[in-house]
Amino acid sequence: MNRNEYPQIDFTDFQLDLDLSRRDLLKALGGGIFVFFCAGHSSVLEAQRRGPPSDFNAFLRIGADGRVTCFTGKIEHGQGNTTALAQMLADEVDVPLESVDMVMGDTSLCPWDGGTWGSTSIRGFGPPLRAAAAEARRVLLELAAEQLQVPQERLVAENAVIYDNQQKDTRVTYVALAQGKTIARRAKDKPALKSPSEFKLIGKPFPRRDSVEKATSKAQYAGDIRLPGMLYAQILRPPAHGAKLKSVDTSAAAKLEGVTVVHEGDLVAVLHKNPDQAAEAVSKIQAEFEPSPSQLDDQNIFDHLVKNAGKGRTAAQGGNLEEGRKMAATVIEQTYLDGYKAHAAMETHTALAQIEGNKATVWLATQTPFLAKDDLVKALGFDADNVRVITPFVGGGFGGKGSVNTQAIEAARLSKATGKPVQVCWSREEEFFFDAFRPAAVVTIKSGLTKEGKPAFWDYSVYAAGERGAPHFYDIPHHRTTSFDGAPHPFATGPWRAPGNNTNCFARESQINLMAAKAKMDPVEFRLKNLKDKRAIRVLEAAAEKFGYKPAPTPSGRGLGVAVGTDVGTWVAEIAEVQVDKRTGRVQVKRVVCAQDMGLAVNPQGAILQMEGCLTMGLGYTLTEDVHFKNGMILDRNFDTYELPRFAAVPKIETVVLDLKDQPTHGGGEPAIIIVGAVVANAIHDATGARLLQLPMTPERVRKAIAAVA
Amino acid sequence: MHGSQLGQKVRGYAMAETIAFTLNDKPVSVTTDGQRPLLWVLRTDLGLTGTKYGCGQAHCGACTVLVDNKAVRSCVYPVRNANGRQVRTIEGLAKNGELHPLQKAFVEHDALQCGFCTPGMILTAYSLLQENPEPTREEIIQGMDKNLCRCGAHTRIIDAIQSAATAMKGGKA
Repeated sequence: MNRNEYPQIDFTDFQLDLDLSRRDLLKALGGGIFVFFCAGHSSVLEAQRRGPPSDFNAFLRIGADGRVTCFTGKIEHGQGNTTALAQMLADEVDVPLESVDMVMGDTSLCPWDGGTWGSTSIRGFGPPLRAAAAEARRVLLELAAEQLQVPQERLVAENAVIYDNQQKDTRVTYVALAQGKTIARRAKDKPALKSPSEFKLIGKPFPRRDSVEKATSKAQYAGDIRLPGMLYAQILRPPAHGAKLKSVDTSAAAKLEGVTVVHEGDLVAVLHKNPDQAAEAVSKIQAEFEPSPSQLDDQNIFDHLVKNAGKGRTAAQGGNLEEGRKMAATVIEQTYLDGYKAHAAMETHTALAQIEGNKATVWLATQTPFLAKDDLVKALGFDADNVRVITPFVGGGFGGKGSVNTQAIEAARLSKATGKPVQVCWSREEEFFFDAFRPAAVVTIKSGLTKEGKPAFWDYSVYAAGERGAPHFYDIPHHRTTSFDGAPHPFATGPWRAPGNNTNCFARESQINLMAAKAKMDPVEFRLKNLKDKRAIRVLEAAAEKFGYKPAPTPSGRGLGVAVGTDVGTWVAEIAEVQVDKRTGRVQVKRVVCAQDMGLAVNPQGAILQMEGCLTMGLGYTLTEDVHFKNGMILDRNFDTYELPRFAAVPKIETVVLDLKDQPTHGGGEPAIIIVGAVVANAIHDATGARLLQLPMTPERVRKAIAAVA
Repeated sequence: MHGSQLGQKVRGYAMAETIAFTLNDKPVSVTTDGQRPLLWVLRTDLGLTGTKYGCGQAHCGACTVLVDNKAVRSCVYPVRNANGRQVRTIEGLAKNGELHPLQKAFVEHDALQCGFCTPGMILTAYSLLQENPEPTREEIIQGMDKNLCRCGAHTRIIDAIQSAATAMKGGKA
């Protein structure tokens, strides 16, 4: 499939009662059978800052060449939705997986979409896609009944062929049925979806469909697009957030051969036909900046977040805290801290903009091509019809390419100024500087146990992490969860893989372990006794069984930890084994078992890849990753000091995906990461008796915590 | 603050010189400032974009290429040093449309997600297997430890390298 073969369509005023010109457009796409559908019925989509434009936001096409194409504004940034979505589509239409093409993230080919985040591709977009596919199959059956002169109920669809079940050689292919047709339908509200017993592809493990392209480098990312005459830009950056430009002298840079200087308001950039020579030129710019007024750093930030938190919002409550306090024989009060984290995708924010007259085309590394398009329309003052964002393969996002698309605007402004196609590819230092970090956060918990060791009350306050994952799910009669978000951050913050939930799980599951220890109970048994949700109990039992877990009160000295969490509809439980070097404070995670109830796992292999990725990535925020900063300056600017998980850090990983084909599909991209901090913290405590209250649990912090116990 | 980030020291443009080397089995020559990093000469002057920019300071390994069959970080490797040598990039690994055993193993093991670190991973593994055709798991971990992957494909990358090592036994590929 080559996206350039498709003409562009503007979908903004597209109605299903197609007028003639629209029909022409469908013909221009090559004709075929089209089914339009809307993926806007989930609460997730409703929560977007803008609703879907009309009554559909995706469509599929069965072409006369036998290809089945899904046009969607979702994007692939490594999570594997191109494989799982294709499985759903192929299964419901009854074609081989190889016949399916995905056209994604192109604002001129695909209808509007709010973005790829929140593990919504499969659970949010998947069901309407299946409904549309079922409708396409119904259209094919109608056409076949007419062509074969056989009643529909006798027809069987299989592998892109429809045949009469009483006379199998009376048959017609999808290719023949789509020949010369241009049919547009809308997906039904109550489609005839396949039942799990009829699945041929859904629920079966498939390898990634893009791996050959990626292993051979045929896969192109935004930075790999080449246009004739293109220039590479380097932009003058401030040394600190909040530092204002006082004066600038670009003359030395301008003297270098082949350099173009652009100085347009706040934008000072040099451009060259080679990116490294543009970088050299930008370093010749003499610039003076006012110092940043920010007094914050990675030490005083936590006080700031609490002192300036403003009014809290009650996220959950039940019973009466006063009564709970009276019931309690033991009260545990603890404060948990978490620093800023970078997304640090391997591909930095990149854009290539080509402006020709009043038309703009931008190849963009983004999770939100349509939001980027809106921003471009505003920045350029062009008509929406004349702005196209194309999303090639994206080299990792994790939320970081959802809220920040600044590089698109920079490239577009520079292309407009120079009349040439311009690439802006942020350096790693710019990536660390302009990232919308996962926010630093504080959680305070007061909780109580009765004489019998039952939870009595739970008073939970979270500052700056947000409410996702904040409400507890244990059987606690008197409780309150309050979220405070009033304090401003010294730089941009934004969603980072399962926003808020990592911090909230670290605090909650650490506190639950403290309560188990006080109750002199094994932490797995304490949870099983006090969990209410059957799905939570089931995943914890599954993890314990896979691990071969034997109960013992904690700290047992074995170095075993447990944690449970829920995110995007999925339940997850992990049990980890760690080894702690008490002298150096170094923690090695030896083994992690992760069990997940995600309902119907469309591609169990893809789900496992995501779980492994979550567990591995999670080790970073747990043990090493922390953004250091002072007075608006970001002190970690590359991977020498910002330490990502490496091969040597990765434990033996075992995963269990519960087989629940009759259940709805829940999210898979994020859940397994949310309790990595908690499970390791609990394992360190089990090994040493030391309770770590701050992420990341660096060797220094581990040493200090051990010393405090001794 | 930015010049060094793309993998070079701050200085004026130097005189162009002609540098000739073998790139993926074919002779090439470029006339340019010999101090420029090989990475950008490959990606811009020579149009081979499989070699990726990740950090510009040799920390992440996304830019790894082979020079005389040894892995080098092309973001800090002056193109002048390639003169007269054999350079191989990810584009030159498959032969006659047949994937290299390492590429096959990465595909079979699903040893990638976003794919951005993959060329560097595969070429680092290639170099590792040249030096040590039968590495233990521990030796693979040590050999790959300076390559970063943010998606967390690590365990599958280790498995893929192990199975490629087995497939390559007997000096093939």
